[in-house]
Amino acid sequence: MTEVLVYVDHVDGAVRKPTLELLALARRLGDPVALALGSGAQDTAVALAEHGAVRVLVADAPEFADYLVVPKVDALRAAYERVSPAAVLMLSSGEGNEIAARLALRIGSGIVTGAIDVRPGDDGLVATQSAFAAAFTLTSRVTKGAPVITVKPNSAAAEAAPAAGAVEPLAVTFGESATGTRVTARTARESTGRPELTEAAIVVSGGRGVGDAGNFHIVEALADSLGAAVGASRAAVDAGWYPHSHQVGQTGKSVSPQLYIANGISGAIQHRAGMRTSKTIVAVNKDPDAPIFDLADFGVVGDLFQVIPQLTEEINARKG
Amino acid sequence: MSFRLVVTVKYVPDAAADRRFADDLTVDRDDADGLLSELDEYAVEQALRIAESRGQNGDDAEITVVTVGPRDAEDALRKALAMGADRAIHVEDEALHGTDVIGTSLVLAKAIETAGYDLVVSGMAATDGAMGVVPALLAERLRVPQMTLLSEISVEDGTVRGRRDGDTASEWLESSLPAVASVTDQSGEVRYPSFKGIMAAKKKPVESWGLSDLGIDADAVGLSGAWTTVDSAAERPVRSAGTVVEDGGVGGKRLAEFLASRKFI
Ligand SMILES: Cc1cc2nc3c(=O)[nH]c(=O)nc-3n(C[C@H](O)[C@H](O)[C@H](O)COP(=O)(O)OP(=O)(O)OC[C@H]3O[C@@H](n4cnc5c(N)ncnc54)[C@H](O)[C@@H]3O)c2cc1C
Ligand SMILES: Cc1cc2nc3c(=O)[nH]c(=O)nc-3n(C[C@H](O)[C@H](O)[C@H](O)COP(=O)(O)OP(=O)(O)OC[C@H]3O[C@@H](n4cnc5c(N)ncnc54)[C@H](O)[C@@H]3O)c2cc1C
Repeated sequence: MTEVLVYVDHVDGAVRKPTLELLALARRLGDPVALALGSGAQDTAVALAEHGAVRVLVADAPEFADYLVVPKVDALRAAYERVSPAAVLMLSSGEGNEIAARLALRIGSGIVTGAIDVRPGDDGLVATQSAFAAAFTLTSRVTKGAPVITVKPNSAAAEAAPAAGAVEPLAVTFGESATGTRVTARTARESTGRPELTEAAIVVSGGRGVGDAGNFHIVEALADSLGAAVGASRAAVDAGWYPHSHQVGQTGKSVSPQLYIANGISGAIQHRAGMRTSKTIVAVNKDPDAPIFDLADFGVVGDLFQVIPQLTEEINARKG
Repeated sequence: MSFRLVVTVKYVPDAAADRRFADDLTVDRDDADGLLSELDEYAVEQALRIAESRGQNGDDAEITVVTVGPRDAEDALRKALAMGADRAIHVEDEALHGTDVIGTSLVLAKAIETAGYDLVVSGMAATDGAMGVVPALLAERLRVPQMTLLSEISVEDGTVRGRRDGDTASEWLESSLPAVASVTDQSGEVRYPSFKGIMAAKKKPVESWGLSDLGIDADAVGLSGAWTTVDSAAERPVRSAGTVVEDGGVGGKRLAEFLASRKFI
């Protein structure tokens, strides 16, 4: 039986949606075996089993929270040796990519990051990536070792698929380098009550055109009418109007929602890099020549202070 | 001995120009205008600031920039020298064409070890491959702490400190030296090279190293030595022109109609 190791992203036992998407991808390739680490690891088993995990390996130790990245690599290595999987899948994020890369080096495998699809092929797994601000689509393969592939959120639909989900404790021995980088303090991000940016089905973003921190409530009100997450361009973030954790683009989050609404955003290449794979793109901008209109399925040339409140009102009216 | 900073810099095709793939599906570097990856400018900037703060304490620091790339990659080194780095190493070898990230990290790690270092500073990602994993791989290979994706960095009394803004939390990190760090574009405004810096850069040495200087077998790198392969590269189809309307007072309503037609409301 071919098993595929899936690294679980969870917050105190609550499994994040991209992991459920990974399980759906893994089921195309074999039997998913999940690895959950840290506080609450045990609690992930139910959700993972509902989405197809045949086994759930769990390990908890203070090292996972107190030191950066390497303890998780040690655990993943231990899981890799226990399972001998045909492939390892995990979330493409800053930390996810780093863990994956160090694992790949240790097990003598190649790595593909930022995949937007993974399928079985004649010569092994075929990953799809987008390149150059999503202007190109690549297909690539790992040619040495068990493929280590990181996958972006929203690359597959999560699917219910009940499986055994048998919980197995995993013993992890930490190497010397595990305690090299200490986490001396941590501030959890405050929840806004809105969907997580990278996981959201709809993202409403604001840029320099919003003009002021105080005006961002216009963008937020539209987001709330649609149950959407709020994003921002780097110009808006650099001006201090919205937190950096909401930046969309090359050096911010990359999002791939069903619907992306860009308000007062010009559509610079670095911004496109983070949103071009959105399924439907809508733009409001007062400059008819703004490059964002080249990407838009529907665009309104106009003042966002007129257009957005009218849109929000219309949506709320239709809902009511 | 002076404090040794090594900055990794990558020569990349200009994002503002046409970026393409060559027939062998590697990045077309011949027909494209290249430059120092903008995100590596932040690494050079932080190295300069660390060196300057040591200078104020009367300690000496030396900044070496290193790149692995084709002949033109020297442009990236020159830019970093013009910003204020002291010395440059260019690893250049026919056999390197098509090297993937595992191979690139091997070559960089050997070059950094050979150059000697107390702290390596990298950018958060290169603007072409954009994997963002080279610094982590360097830490793994060099067996030193990984202080990556920092939006703030400082070095004091043999300790590196920094802040890392992750998906769900901000973390304050600390490690001993030697270490590998990477910095984000939130780490601080980048300086422009001064005229004096540009003139001085012309006189600064750029050493050229080949694979044999580093004791690396040509089979371990390049397209044939790669751990991954690209099978196809297709340009994303241009979107069929969307509808663009003038507001004229009912723009919000028309947008709502569009969203309704696509079943978003
Ligand atoms: C290395 C690097 C990394 C970067 N990473 C990112 C990144 O991750 N994300 C990112 O977004 N950018 C990034 N950038 C910056 C990027 O190049 C642009 O500067 C940025 O995206 C511009 O943001 P903007 O579109 O909000 O602002 P602008 O380009 O100033 O555009 C503002 C737009 O608002 C419109 N506008 C103004 N007022 C109104 C109004 N009342 N109603 C309607 N429209 C109005 C204007 O017509 C204009 O088109 C990066 C740059 C570099 C060099
Ligand atoms: C579109 C695209 C997709 C790719 N996908 C993959 C893949 O999935 N798997 C794979 O193995 N390879 C891949 N590669 C190849 C890989 O990007 C190169 O091997 C590259 O040199 C290292 O990765 P990076 O540019 O992504 O660096 P990153 O990890 O994004 O860069 C981090 C820092 O490392 C330093 N750095 C990176 N490369 C060099 C260099 N040559 N010289 C000096 N410093 C450097 C820079 O300081 C940079 O800021 C891809 C390349 C492209 C263009």
